[in-house]
Amino acid sequence: MSQALDEVKIGGLGSSRQRVEDARFIRGRGNYIDDLKLPGMLHMEILRSPLAHARIISIDTSAAWAIPGVRLVLTGEMAAQRNLAWMPTLSYDTQAVLATDKVRFQGQEVACVVADDPYIAKDACEAIVVEYEPLPVIVNPIQSLAPDAPLIRDDKEGQTDNVCYRWEVGDKQGTDRAFAQADHISRLKLHYPRSHPSPIECCGSVADYNAATGKLTVYMTTQAPHIIRAAVALVAELPEHMIRIVSPDLGGGFGNKVPVYPGYVCSILGSILTGKPVKWIEDNFGNLISTGFGRDMYLDSELALRKDGKILAVRFHADTDQGAFFSDAQPSKFKIGLVHSAFACYDIPVGHITARGAYTNKAPGGVAYRCSFRVTEAMFFQERMIQAAAADLGMDQAQFRRINLRRADDFPARTPFGFLVDSGQYHKCLQLGLDAIGYEDFKREQAQARSRGRRLGIGISTMTEPLGAGNSREYDILGIKMFDSAELRVHPTGKAILRTGAKTQGQGHETTWAQIVSHELGIPADDVIVEEGDTDTAPFGMGTYASRSTPVAGAAVSMVARKVRAKARKLAAHLLEVSEEDIEWELGRFYVRGAARRGVTIQECAMAAYTNMPDGMEPGLENNAYYDPPNLTWPFACYIATVEVDPETGVWDVLRVVAVDDCGVRINPMIVEGQIMGGLAEAYAMANMQFMTYDADGNMIGANYIDYLLPTAWETPGFELHEVVTPCPHHPIGAKGVGECAAVGGPAAFVNAVMNALEDTGVRNIDMPVLPDRVWQAIQTGRDVSGVPPVRQD
Amino acid sequence: MYPPRLRYVAPKSLDEAFAVMAEYGDDAKVLAGGQSLVPMLKLRFASPAVLVDINGLSDLAYHRAESDGSLRIGALCRHVDLERSALLPGRYPTMAAAAPQVADPIVRNRGTVVGSLCHADPQGDWASVLLALNGQVVVAGKDGRRTISVADFVVGPFQNSLAAGEIAVEASVPAAKGTPYGSYLKLERRVGDFATVGVAVAIETSGLQISRAGIALTGVGPNTIQAIEAEQALIGQALEPDVIARAAGLAAGAARPRSDHRGSAEYKRHVVETFVRRALSSYRLAVPA
Ligand SMILES: Cc1cc2nc3c(=O)[nH]c(=O)nc-3n(C[C@H](O)[C@H](O)[C@H](O)COP(=O)(O)OP(=O)(O)OC[C@H]3O[C@@H](n4cnc5c(N)ncnc54)[C@H](O)[C@@H]3O)c2cc1C
Repeated sequence: MSQALDEVKIGGLGSSRQRVEDARFIRGRGNYIDDLKLPGMLHMEILRSPLAHARIISIDTSAAWAIPGVRLVLTGEMAAQRNLAWMPTLSYDTQAVLATDKVRFQGQEVACVVADDPYIAKDACEAIVVEYEPLPVIVNPIQSLAPDAPLIRDDKEGQTDNVCYRWEVGDKQGTDRAFAQADHISRLKLHYPRSHPSPIECCGSVADYNAATGKLTVYMTTQAPHIIRAAVALVAELPEHMIRIVSPDLGGGFGNKVPVYPGYVCSILGSILTGKPVKWIEDNFGNLISTGFGRDMYLDSELALRKDGKILAVRFHADTDQGAFFSDAQPSKFKIGLVHSAFACYDIPVGHITARGAYTNKAPGGVAYRCSFRVTEAMFFQERMIQAAAADLGMDQAQFRRINLRRADDFPARTPFGFLVDSGQYHKCLQLGLDAIGYEDFKREQAQARSRGRRLGIGISTMTEPLGAGNSREYDILGIKMFDSAELRVHPTGKAILRTGAKTQGQGHETTWAQIVSHELGIPADDVIVEEGDTDTAPFGMGTYASRSTPVAGAAVSMVARKVRAKARKLAAHLLEVSEEDIEWELGRFYVRGAARRGVTIQECAMAAYTNMPDGMEPGLENNAYYDPPNLTWPFACYIATVEVDPETGVWDVLRVVAVDDCGVRINPMIVEGQIMGGLAEAYAMANMQFMTYDADGNMIGANYIDYLLPTAWETPGFELHEVVTPCPHHPIGAKGVGECAAVGGPAAFVNAVMNALEDTGVRNIDMPVLPDRVWQAIQTGRDVSGVPPVRQD
Repeated sequence: MYPPRLRYVAPKSLDEAFAVMAEYGDDAKVLAGGQSLVPMLKLRFASPAVLVDINGLSDLAYHRAESDGSLRIGALCRHVDLERSALLPGRYPTMAAAAPQVADPIVRNRGTVVGSLCHADPQGDWASVLLALNGQVVVAGKDGRRTISVADFVVGPFQNSLAAGEIAVEASVPAAKGTPYGSYLKLERRVGDFATVGVAVAIETSGLQISRAGIALTGVGPNTIQAIEAEQALIGQALEPDVIARAAGLAAGAARPRSDHRGSAEYKRHVVETFVRRALSSYRLAVPA
């Protein structure tokens, strides 16, 4: 009898298998967009607006056309002739492809040049003369929503103010009643600054329109190729089967590569007009100044509290700075993403949220950056509020959480904003974190240090977040439901190819999906190749963002493997000459019930599918699965940081960081840990140094990597990781999303730690990034420090 | 990188370099480590007609202590050479303190000290270090060489006093006459960041008395700033708390910071004061026997 397979050894569930994609990445053998060279390919460069808000008086392209090697100079006016000066966004707004009437943010696309090489294209862009008439600039929602603010979107019929959406959820009356009964009301106002996903590889595309066949192939940096194909079919009015989107290896995405950008559209138009392939490669400046960012939210909230620490109700208002166009890629039903997932881990009976979006003269976006649609702001805000409320009550912050965190026997439960949380061991995670950091010891040490003039602080962040959009009842983009898909084909020798509708960009799908197949079928993971990103071959899916791949596409992988196993079982029955009911399964092998020695391997079944199938059975061993998750997945995390603040300079150093993550069953623990560490590094950066801000004239500060700071190994603190496993009750293998947890929950731990170190100063909030000068200012003045972009004073 | 159209030459000797420099005059740019020039070409902030790459002139890749105690730094001495140099610790403490704080390891592998002086970025670290040490720059051209004090060389934001056709070939630090103490304190937001505030302090003592003092400031004004009054307040004094406090206050007064996304002017001034005080308070003077 064959030895039972060791699942970890064959690379199944729980195996920290090396990432298969790394072999080519670390050897420089990846295939990124800029590696692609097609015969006769031309190069495109974009001319961007230097001003944040200005009317375009004239554009003179004659000098650009005169440069040898220039093939096309495209302006908004020419695009308009093809009905392409504007395009629809994924949030039911419109966005300028090339500006016609006015420019609405610094860095907006004004014209583009297609030339024989990128040097010429750049020279020609410099030769275009644009005459602007400057208009008043709006750099924040306060300014934007003021009664007499100049109108940014005068292009939109019926738009009379700068409000881009309004949204509301919860029970207003019930909330008001609860507040009326509160012993204490805690209030906190803060701004979550604008940050940028800043993938190492910027956006780019190679558009190749073949006039002979009528087929358009676009190689492009996208996290969601199928959505793009649908969007191109709608915008460019090309038949969908004649459009092929190929997303090659991606040098990071973090949400930056979900939307449709003008550059993509221009390269397509450029290819159609020149009859040649056209390559557009965005530079760092272009990426930072014009593409999808994250956050930029203003929050004002109140918690109704009982003396004993119980939270009775929550209400908050959020204003978002959307920039010049409402271009977020987010589920259609929700205008401010899933911000209403705030406080989902706490047992709070009632709440009410209002939200409003504001147009400003800044780059469009808001939901991107390692975040399941604005849950980052929700969780940051929640945890800052929790700490402030605990401090207001004079209660220990851990104890305050214990009083309010939902208990393990209290599932499933509805949150006041309608989410169904289905599982979790929140108290266990919190305790594990407190024990790991040595909470009580630290508090003693902190008191001693304070008596010697040193300021230590400890910050906790506990949160559950909704990952894995979606389920088709509630989640869609442009009407397309947010399911996902997988297709598995097992070859005669038992090797297999798997394709999904997701698109890896660093998450390691090529490694992880093979492990799921291995878990379901007992095929060694090394025998499974994974392919994603080509709409001609991959099944239809919604792509990778919002930590949705494992919850949705990963579940589809399980389901398709199970379908294949079901057919293999029939083949096994045929080979073993028994009826299907008498067949048992163990990893990688079917055997006859009661006669375990009589069996066939999955590989033998695969061969039979092509060589020896029973009469009447369709040959082959392949299938596909479309998976519509019954619910979101709800990972939980507890992050704790300790810091020391230098009161003289405001500089703060991280002493320790403890992370406890419960993301359910871990498919590849090494990859999961990598995701958590990466997220914590980003969290630290957001808390400590990173923001893109604007001056009063709308000039972006930080459209380069000297001012927009990415943390390096040097200053990034070390992380101590711990785990708790509560399997997701509805996911086929019990996994939950995890890619974003640490970036979502992490920032509050750092900021809470600094605020804890300053608790005796009376300062309740310093906006992120908690820069040394802000800390110093807070200590000097005893007042909160706001990070809102300044407006012109004249 | 797609710079404007330009010619590139890599001379094999200084004379060859001088000839090209003379031919192009103001339209020529020397390429040393490229860590400031290349980004400017990329952004098209600079559009020279010719790049004169001096990296082949290996004779310029040196730093050495002369018998008189002065330190000479050739135009191809990279930041990393000083960071790793055994010559610096003890004898040139301000230099030794600064070297590992300039930029990040990758930039330090290529960037040069002399290039940094030529670039004259008010946020550049070396200019204030050499200013505090009373350093000099040797410049040369087809018609000969001359020596300029760093104070006269680094004249403005991104402006040096090289004449058309000249190349800076060496920087130097004079020998200390007393016992040298020194620091470079830098507030940066992240490794590899330019200074929010940088303070170079270099003193020499004779007994318990300060015989020479140099204090220069990075990033807190349109230029690298020499805090002359603070320096003078130290001469002839012992390192007593009130003396230190006075010098720190005067240095802060010399700063001319601007409020920006790195911090408010008030904050930067405060950090100058803090850093000068911390630097001067950190020296444990060797008590004369
Ligand atoms: C990411 C990054 C971070 C940085 N951080 C810092 C920092 O924290 N502190 C800091 O001080 N600097 C920093 N720098 C700048 C760095 O130190 C540069 O190396 C230095 O300013 C210039 O030296 P270089 O040899 O690279 O000069 P280049 O870039 O080659 O030249 C700079 C300028 O000087 C001229 N030049 C250079 N050498 C000569 C010469 N011998 N004669 C005449 N002209 C010459 C060039 O023509 C050019 O105009 C940073 C740079 C980068 C890219």
